[in-house]
Amino acid sequence: MRFSGLRVLTEGLTGNKGWRPHWRDPAPKSDYDIIIIGGGGHGLSTAFYLAKEHGLTNIAVLEKGYIGGGNVGRNTTIVRANYNLPGNSEFYSHSLKLWEGLEQEVNYNAMMSQRGVLNLCHSDGQRDAFARRANSMINQGDDAVLLDREGVRKLVPYLDFDNIRFPIYGGLLHPRGGTARHDAVAWGYARGADSRGVDIIQNCEVTGIDVENGRVTGVQTSRGAIRARKVGIVVAGRSSQVAAMAGMRLPIESHILQAFVTEGLKPVIDHVVTFGMGHFYISQSDKGGLVFGGDLDFYASYAQRGNLPMAEHVMEAAMTLMPMIGKARVLRSWGGIMDMSPDGSPVIDRTHIDGLYLNCGWCYGGFKAVPGSGNCFAHLIAQDRPHPAAARYRLDRFRTGIGLMDEEGTGAQHNLH
Amino acid sequence: MRLDKPGQIDRSQALRFTFDGREYGGFQGDTLASALIANDVRVVGRSFKYHRPRGVFSAGSEEPNALVTIGQGAASEPNLRATTTELCEGLVAQSQNRWPSLEYDLLALNDLFAPFLGAGFYYKTFMWPAKFWERLYEPMIRRAAGLGALSGAPNADHYEKAYAHCDVLVIGAGPAGLMAALAAGRAGLDVILADEDVRTGGRLNAETVEVDGRPGADWAQAVTDDLYAMGNVRIMTRTTVTGAYDGGTYGALERLSPDVAARTGAPRECFWRIAARRTILAAGALERPVAFQNNDRPGVMMAGALRAYVNRWAVSPGKTVTVFGNNDDAHRTAADLLAAGVHVAALIDARPEASTDLPVRFYAGAQVTNAHGRGGLEAISIATLSGIDKVQTDCLAMSGGWNPTLHLTCHMNGRPDWSPALAAFVPRDGAVPGLVAAGACRGDFSTHACLSGGLEAARAVIRELGKRARKIDLPQAEDAPYRISPLWAVPGKGRAWLDFQNDVTVKDVKLAATENYSSVEHMKRYTTQGMAPDQGKNSNVNALAVLADATGRGIPETGTTTYRPPFVPVPIAAMGAGAQGAGFAPQRFTTSHQVSVDMGAPMIEAGLWYRPSYFPREGEKTWRQSCDREVGMVRRAVGVCDVSTLGKIDVQGPDAPAFLDFLYTNMFSSLKVGRTRYGLMLREDGHVMDDGTTARLGEHHFLMTTTTAAAGQVMKHMEFVHQCLVPQMDVSFISVTEQWAQFAVAGPKSREVLNGILDDPIDDDGFPFMACGPVSVMGVAGRLFRISFSGEHAYEVAVPARYGESLFRLLVQRAEELDGGAYGMEALNVLRIEKGFITHSEIHGRTTAFDIGMERMVSAKKDCIGKAMAARPGLSGPEREQLVGLVPTGAVKKLTAGAHLFDAGAAPVRENDQGYITSVGFSPTLGHFLGLGFLKDGRARHGEEIRMVDHVRQIETTCQVVDPVFFDPEGGRARG
Amino acid sequence: MRIPCPLCGSRDIREFDYMGHAQALDRPEPEAGAQAWDDYVHNRDNPAGPTRDLWFHGLGCGAWLVVDRDTVSHEITAAALARDVKGGAA
Repeated sequence: MRFSGLRVLTEGLTGNKGWRPHWRDPAPKSDYDIIIIGGGGHGLSTAFYLAKEHGLTNIAVLEKGYIGGGNVGRNTTIVRANYNLPGNSEFYSHSLKLWEGLEQEVNYNAMMSQRGVLNLCHSDGQRDAFARRANSMINQGDDAVLLDREGVRKLVPYLDFDNIRFPIYGGLLHPRGGTARHDAVAWGYARGADSRGVDIIQNCEVTGIDVENGRVTGVQTSRGAIRARKVGIVVAGRSSQVAAMAGMRLPIESHILQAFVTEGLKPVIDHVVTFGMGHFYISQSDKGGLVFGGDLDFYASYAQRGNLPMAEHVMEAAMTLMPMIGKARVLRSWGGIMDMSPDGSPVIDRTHIDGLYLNCGWCYGGFKAVPGSGNCFAHLIAQDRPHPAAARYRLDRFRTGIGLMDEEGTGAQHNLH
Repeated sequence: MRLDKPGQIDRSQALRFTFDGREYGGFQGDTLASALIANDVRVVGRSFKYHRPRGVFSAGSEEPNALVTIGQGAASEPNLRATTTELCEGLVAQSQNRWPSLEYDLLALNDLFAPFLGAGFYYKTFMWPAKFWERLYEPMIRRAAGLGALSGAPNADHYEKAYAHCDVLVIGAGPAGLMAALAAGRAGLDVILADEDVRTGGRLNAETVEVDGRPGADWAQAVTDDLYAMGNVRIMTRTTVTGAYDGGTYGALERLSPDVAARTGAPRECFWRIAARRTILAAGALERPVAFQNNDRPGVMMAGALRAYVNRWAVSPGKTVTVFGNNDDAHRTAADLLAAGVHVAALIDARPEASTDLPVRFYAGAQVTNAHGRGGLEAISIATLSGIDKVQTDCLAMSGGWNPTLHLTCHMNGRPDWSPALAAFVPRDGAVPGLVAAGACRGDFSTHACLSGGLEAARAVIRELGKRARKIDLPQAEDAPYRISPLWAVPGKGRAWLDFQNDVTVKDVKLAATENYSSVEHMKRYTTQGMAPDQGKNSNVNALAVLADATGRGIPETGTTTYRPPFVPVPIAAMGAGAQGAGFAPQRFTTSHQVSVDMGAPMIEAGLWYRPSYFPREGEKTWRQSCDREVGMVRRAVGVCDVSTLGKIDVQGPDAPAFLDFLYTNMFSSLKVGRTRYGLMLREDGHVMDDGTTARLGEHHFLMTTTTAAAGQVMKHMEFVHQCLVPQMDVSFISVTEQWAQFAVAGPKSREVLNGILDDPIDDDGFPFMACGPVSVMGVAGRLFRISFSGEHAYEVAVPARYGESLFRLLVQRAEELDGGAYGMEALNVLRIEKGFITHSEIHGRTTAFDIGMERMVSAKKDCIGKAMAARPGLSGPEREQLVGLVPTGAVKKLTAGAHLFDAGAAPVRENDQGYITSVGFSPTLGHFLGLGFLKDGRARHGEEIRMVDHVRQIETTCQVVDPVFFDPEGGRARG
Repeated sequence: MRIPCPLCGSRDIREFDYMGHAQALDRPEPEAGAQAWDDYVHNRDNPAGPTRDLWFHGLGCGAWLVVDRDTVSHEITAAALARDVKGGAA
């Protein structure tokens, strides 16, 4: 069924009786060409691009719970391509371009809103670092504008320019950045993959990975054994556990990132704004809630919930930066499990087992990567060679030190990125 | 209308307030909601999507409809519940989400288009053309959505945060909570009793039940008086416990009463962090509605809320009331109404076996199928066995049963259990460590069961905490059984509301199931049920029951979505209290701060510190003029600069030399006493962490300096290395950054300045380059280091911080006498760039010793932190970007930090990127711009002409790659 | 979350800095080889359940602690001074 305004109109006039499931609920077959472990944003987009760009449709996506139940439905919905270092630059640029055609491609409105991402800087040094990053973005072919203080004031006059603890020197505006309706991204990819023949199998937990003579042969699941010629692991938040089924010990430590949303409010924040001194970022959802977050809780955790110190720190950053939101009320807080890697950048790579592929380590940048990650992972799985935009996301870079992408420059302590 | 009965309002204190500009009256003790009801105001808000008129629905913080904006200007607060807003004199309330007025709301048109606006309709349209989303659709949707509006003005009110600790936190001061607090208090435990209401008593204030033969509210007041008298029980009314966190930590929001909050300097609200050894959750239960067609009409409300309005506030929302329920509370409601003299038009009980002795028109086994009256309820349709009856009524009270208020037990990922007998979820024991539920929130609904449940819970806690429970008699109270026949949604046509706030109907949930959003989480996210300000308190259980029915699963298999903190919305200003303006982070000031300010120096942030940017003199119009002069001053005469912000760590002990050898890449054990050495410190991953000089003050005594930015990180790192890696080393260290004020005295005349203040003058032989030692500064024991960050003959002199300001004044005065003076950060930066000295602009976390040309400083003779990983192939070699100097040679004579470098003639795109510039400055010494940067294989490329492009600043030039030491490369000036 | 510091008693986690798994105590010999160092600096068991990790009581006594903690429930069962653990005393 194709969605359109006309379809909504027709259905509305005929009692909305014609709507059908957006994806099927098939029982797992005994054999697939490719199994994707993980029905999150990355797994679903991988399946979609395998089907769409590589003509492979004998694919199952195995999800232990419900699709989109992990970080794709728990983030602050920010989409951007404002990276500094080679590797990240080309990848996120690629991903953003895919975002720009995503909704038409999957026929599902993910409310991709290119409202602009503004990073604020608070010292000369920070401004120079932003200039370097902005120039990297332009070198990559993306868009960036370096704003001075008055330029920032014109764009977001509601910031505290006079009393803030760390004065606003200027900002880096990335006009093509913005937000998207996070759940809808997962659902849209699910719909797009399903309509091309991919089996999306929910409530199917992988419990083992079958390997014979150094080659993957299938997986064990809570719904029985399933054979496959190729298997992709894309399970952020559980990467270490699933990789361990194949004897791998990953450079990943799992951490909690909290996020917050306020009650609905009339439009007040029109961009994505980030504070350079307190790790705080905020945007307003189309429903009116202010969606914001900050830094990790900093301790390894799988709990999908956080504690007060970081929650308070985030609110404190909000109050010094934009005290006009003081009377907005936080409605809900939640947490996601972040695959923190030693350099803050992800891995899309083959493994030591033939036919087994790994996609992990997105830290807290996974949402904006959903299209690019799926697209590049699909390329790697289908063609057995990396997509050019993700060629630097190698697993062995930590051992060799070649091509590290430590954007923050904080070093190989997982929780500092 | 106001009833002719006492209630808990003080009629001697009349209050005036306005709602949407119209003036009304109420009494002390009223909420805004009860006062509006007393004034027969029926429509108080508009719904989120369809903009349907809505009336007061509940009597508590779960209110979905009566959300209003209170106050004016910067003080205005959107989305406050009228049901929990205490009435006060002059209160100004506005309705929300309507235009132009509450009565005539243009977007009420949406209601007519409802067939096209079902669950998730927006996922299926608004996609063409793609650019129209940002330009047309989204702005339109955003304007229509949202509830109240922020004023746009910065917060002008005071909020606070506080900590509290207790043995037992009792959450909820109804019968269960009061009994628990009484028992725990009598046992001598430190108790905090928190309740979100303005008074203790809970449902006892809303019901006509008796405890120990007297009105429940009176009993509650008596117990409360006892608790106050104990001294070890802290009663926190107006305090909602908002979240359960790890380790017995709870968040709580205290609202101050309007008259207290109005006092000068008083906060409006306080966010508490309560650490409790044990917690008793006695949060009661929330009544749930029944879904039927148009059940959102103003005048349809919860039965328990209606009893509260009648009994506590002596108001009735209707003159002719009907009551509909599936449990005995419907009967209790009718009885209370009759007792209060309110006409009851009908009592409808969905249970076929039900009967009543009440003198009312009674329907058993019947269901309300529709509510009529657009602007407010006028009549209801009732489906009976014999057909449809229509009854005229202006208020319908409904009760679909009760849901235990178990939200806090789910905050740590606990899942509740389904109780078929109660047709409700009940908390699972142990879901929150140290927390037990008691009373209605664990499904014990009678007053007797609440009282005994509270007592039992307290007894268990008292035992666990090693105290002895005193004997307490259990008060007498009703113990009526809870008989319920589940009824979630009345079958029938039309729209029946589940989530009132977000306009989610039974049809929407069914559509979600049809479209395979059949997981409860998918249903929630697809329909938005449970995502409104009430977070599903009124709708979750009904919605999942409807979903269970639609998918053919049972309720327990369907499961619930997760309740997450906060239990009620918390203002950002409360949780972020104290941070507004400068409060976000500590401010650190050097001893020379005020002197510098007095000299006119603009102070800039350096981490948490403030440092002078430059010291303007008469006639200087720009910072560059001052900076150029200060640089020249240092090169020609002498300058003085406060360098106290650098981290200073005092290291002592027999193993101090070995410890420093392990920390730094280079050797410190070989350093002679009285000498200073530059050191390079790596992270264990082989990249540069920090650098600085370390002085050997004695055989076992060193003084290390770190950069300003990394002082804390280095200190923590040293503690790690010592305690976790080499605890056998006999070494101690402590930060003395704040104990010593330290000043750089730099320039050819630096010794002349110093010798004017040192009690024993120095000379080159006694105090050569890199010497250090104790000195007497005008009788004060100080330290002197002959080190230089400017490349000049220079010293740093340190005195105990209390002498810092005096010494700075003195040094500046003497320097000025010698044609020198104070210099600031700008000049310091230019001086160090001229010398190619690095800062964190260069050692930005991705730099290796190789990159900055210091790989030979990694001693081959010993192990050190980072040495093994620095040997990885990727951390050195021609592919690395290496530190170089750059001078402009093109038409544009300027360099900019952040510009990228390309081969001459190469297009400025990523594939051609050769490096970037980290630091620039105009060198008055050399007469042109200088840059430090990183260039691929840069050390091999000295002399090469390359292209610099700064897209964002629109500057492009050619520059020559040179050695990063631009000035005095032999270093003769520092030694001389 | 509260951590039972052996020196200070039960303290709120905002007084502490977290580093990661206590494997950081087991620093390889300089010549242990690339794999050993990669395992030490980068790779982690990353258990979903009981773990031992390192916390620094920076806003308290300055002690590094080895904390027995569950990454799923956040329950803390023990905390010892890292120098004692490293020295074999705990």
